[in-house]
Parts: sequence; C-alpha cells; structure tokens
Amino acid sequence: MEPVILHSITKTYGKEKKLAVDKVSFAVKQGELFGLIGPDGAGKTSIFRILTTLMLADSGSATVEGFDVVKDFKEIRNCIGYMPGRFSLYQDLTVEENLKFFATVFGSSIRENYSLIHDIYVQIEPFKSRRAGKLSGGMKQKLALCCALIHKPSVLFLDEPTTGVDPVSRKEFWQMLKQLKQQNITIIVSTPYMDEATLCDRIALIQNGSILSVDTPEAIVSSYPDLLYAVKAENYYRLITELGRYPGASAAYAFGEHVHLALKRDKGHLQEAKKEKILSYLAGAGIKDATLKETKPTIEDCFIRLLSRNEYERETRQ
Amino acid sequence: MKEKPDNNQQLTIQVEELSKHFSHFVAVDKITFDVQKGEIFGFLGANGAGKTTAIRMLCGLSAPTSGKARIAGFDVYRQAEQIKKNIGYMSQKFSLYEDLTVTENIHFFGGIYGLTDKQLKSKTRQLIGDLGLEREAKKLVSSLPLGWKQKLSFSVAILHDPQIVFLDEPTGGVDPVTRRQFWNLIYEAAERGITVFVTTHYMDEAEYCKRISIMVDGKIKALDTPSNLKQQFNVPDMDAVFYQIARGAQRGDKNPAA
Repeated sequence: MEPVILHSITKTYGKEKKLAVDKVSFAVKQGELFGLIGPDGAGKTSIFRILTTLMLADSGSATVEGFDVVKDFKEIRNCIGYMPGRFSLYQDLTVEENLKFFATVFGSSIRENYSLIHDIYVQIEPFKSRRAGKLSGGMKQKLALCCALIHKPSVLFLDEPTTGVDPVSRKEFWQMLKQLKQQNITIIVSTPYMDEATLCDRIALIQNGSILSVDTPEAIVSSYPDLLYAVKAENYYRLITELGRYPGASAAYAFGEHVHLALKRDKGHLQEAKKEKILSYLAGAGIKDATLKETKPTIEDCFIRLLSRNEYERETRQ
Repeated sequence: MKEKPDNNQQLTIQVEELSKHFSHFVAVDKITFDVQKGEIFGFLGANGAGKTTAIRMLCGLSAPTSGKARIAGFDVYRQAEQIKKNIGYMSQKFSLYEDLTVTENIHFFGGIYGLTDKQLKSKTRQLIGDLGLEREAKKLVSSLPLGWKQKLSFSVAILHDPQIVFLDEPTGGVDPVTRRQFWNLIYEAAERGITVFVTTHYMDEAEYCKRISIMVDGKIKALDTPSNLKQQFNVPDMDAVFYQIARGAQRGDKNPAA
C-alpha cells in the first residue's frame, strides 16, 4: 500500500464556501520524492494540513501509512515529520533546546537518531547555543528540517521549504533532500519554483485547488504537444508584442532572455521554412535583428500551457 | 550642486562608495553604481548580502555611515524627505491595506502622495480600467487573488508618477502566467520613463533586467548586462552566473553571526 493516498479530497473555507481543494486524488509511492508544484493560493498548504491531521476535509478520504487522517490521527502524528511554511520553532529556545524538545515530545532522544540529521546538523552545530529567533533564514530552515526529522518519521511533509531562499541555498537544500531519500523516507515537498520540479521523482501540478497533471517531470515535458521556439531580439518588449499576434501562435511569452513562441504542430511544413516565415514576419514588423531556434519545453512551459487551457475551460463553463 | 535637484537627468540613481556600519558589522561595504532614467535595474544577492540595508538607504529611510548617493537628484543625507516624494516602493511584505476596498486603497495612497481630488478621480478610473478591476473596485483587497493584489500594489506604488520605483521581491509565490503579466506592467512603466529598481530570487527575471548587480557580503561583486555576465563567466544562464558569484559568500546562511 502506498504511504500517502488521497481520494477526492475537497476543502472549502468560510461562510462563502470558498473552494480551496477541489476533489484532489493522488498517491505517493514508498521512498518517493514527490513535488506539489503550484503558486500561492493553489491549495498546497490545505492539502498538507489535511494529510498531517491538523485540519479536516469537507469530503473525500486520505490515508498516511495506511492510517485514516480522521480516525487514526494519533498514529499518523507519530510517524510523520512536518515542516510548515511559516517558521514554527521556539524562537527563544536555543538551537539545541529546540532539537531536544522535539525529540523528547516524540519519546526519542537526539542521540537515538543522530545519524539521520548528522549531515545537516553539523552545519548549524557551531551555533547550538544561539536562540532560534536569532538565526538567518537559511539556518532556521536547516534547524526546522532537523526538528522534523529527529523522531525518524517514515513520511516527511515539507511545505515550501525554499520560498524566499536565495538560489545557492535552494540548491543546497535539494541536495539534503536527495540524501534523505536514500534513507528510504517518503518525502512530499511543495514549491512555487518550477525549476525545482525536475528534482522530484514525480510531481503534481496544482492550480486553484485542482490537479492539472501528475507524472514524472520527464513524462510531463515529453507530452508537450506544440512546437516551441526561443526567439531573441534587442527590443524585447516589441518582440513579445509582435509574436503575440503571429498567426497560428498558441502562445508567446517571456522566458529569461528569450521569448518563447508556441506553434501548433502540423504536417507538411519543413522546420526551416517555418523559421523563415517567422523571421520574415518579424522583419515585416520592423524587427530585423531577431534570431530563433527550436527549444525543448521545460516544466514552466508545460505549466503555462496547462494554466491557459484550465482558464479557457473555466471561462467556457461559466 | 546646491539644494536644487541634480540636472543630470539621465542618471536617476548615483551611488558612490556607499557604506553602512552597525557598530563593528559592515552591512554595506562601499558600493558604487549608477542607474539611468527608464532603466530596469536588477539588484540581486544572496540572503544576508546587505540588499535590504542598501535599499533602505536609497529610499531615504536609513542614513548611510559614509559615501555618497543621489536619488532622483536628491542627496540621501540632507534631502531624504524629497527622495520619499519622488520614489515609489513595493514589497511582498508591505503593500496594501487588506481591509480597505480597491478604490479606498487607491484614494488612501493617492492622498498620501498629495494628489488632488481631480487627479485622484481620473487616476482611479484609469488604473481600475487598465487592470480590468471594474467588477472588484468595491471589494476588499483581502478577497483578491495574490496576483491581482501584486498588480494593484505595483500600480499604486507608481500612482504619483515617481521617478523611480523600488520593488523588493515583488513576484514571490505567484504563478508563471501572473508573474509575466506583472513584468509587462514593469516594462510599461519603464517605457514611460520610470526607473525600475528590482530585487528577485527568480533568475529568469534577472534576464528581463537591462543590467544587474550581484551583492555578496556587503559588496557588489558583479555589475553588467545579463548577456555580458553570461559571457564573462562562460555559462548558459543567470542561475549559473549567480551560483558562481554567490557560492563563496561568507555571510548569511553559512555564518549566522553576520
């Protein structure tokens, strides 16, 4: 049995019954590093709170390690680790006191599971007598991870551990997760950063409480249906405007130094002819310095495509 | 140059050897750079590098320890109040009043910036029209999705047509489509001649800036166009440039004493 299973989970908030999670179903495999990828307000935190038994769903069912999130909440709390998005350690306890506290609450000790946190803890150990509130953002994050791990959970929930963290610290954090995976801990992690999706075994793309897609990052990328071009020119602003009007364009949007232009695939047209056509269109619009190449879609391209399709379906339903 | 604004219209930010010390700790260490009118300037750095301290000095909120800086033509030591009138500021943490409506927020901030009733009326109508918020005008800001809040917050920050707008991680957490819509607003503002000074942790956004600087341990370690920086470090993207420059940082996450 998979360690985490959700079946048609729905959650609404307030008198207006605002929909936060909309019939979400997925399962996470043993030892998997599973990513919930989506923007703020997509429903990621609500899903975490339901799975960690801190909140009840309106309908649907879910199990963690075979335990029901409603009936067996006590068992679940013993076998999971949870790192909430907001820093939730005791600010006026020291690094060491926090760690000891969390170990003791779970009837364990630092020594018992020290091997599990060793690689992370050595980085903050020089400051073990410092109060947690006085640590920098990245250090707080490492301490929080240690505290979530110290009772040796079999499933680890990490809610946006890298939000607001600089790119170097983000890379380090993902390296730590990779090492934890080797200890056979199942990890569910949420992030608004699309580039982190490729570091997961499988991902769920989520928006407005609904799952858009669940698969391996490779499978999601390879199912992208359109032809994608990366176009570059000196006047970026004009380039994007003109490409947006290009006949047959599914989408044109900024992507780093390039503009990505998505075109429907069709038979019979040679790639070179297609490129020529785009370039001559741009030249006609006064953009003569444009260069372009075909490019592989990233998770972000896939997400953008799924979002626009989702928006379209919502509009047509109304 | 006396009390009147600097007549060098092309440079809206001029910073020379600017430093800020907190007793023995040097938060910002002799940074020097210029920003041109209408430029989109990316101000990057690792956590704890000193970005926020630097921005607070540039906005006239914190007096430097030494060095020179002119913002919108005004001196940071003696003309902090004029600076505040000529800049806009937006961050993820401080933006709008959640328990005021969209229109009330616009009126409140417009009033603070000293717009007349007539200006307020036409600005409000124009802003709500541009953002397509007609149906939400009388709704509380707390009821808007995050992406709309951010777009509204940006528009309010430039309501008084400031010379410069400071954006401190404006796009954290929003979806990739909304993030791009936000950047369209930034481009439009820059086309109108507003200088945009922006910090971000998204390295693809660094590519949208005309020039960027990267701060490490209080110093500016790199300053150039994204394409020149990529060439200089011989790497394919800004993510790799940032990594090369910032991984040696002593401050911030590796040493919380800093």
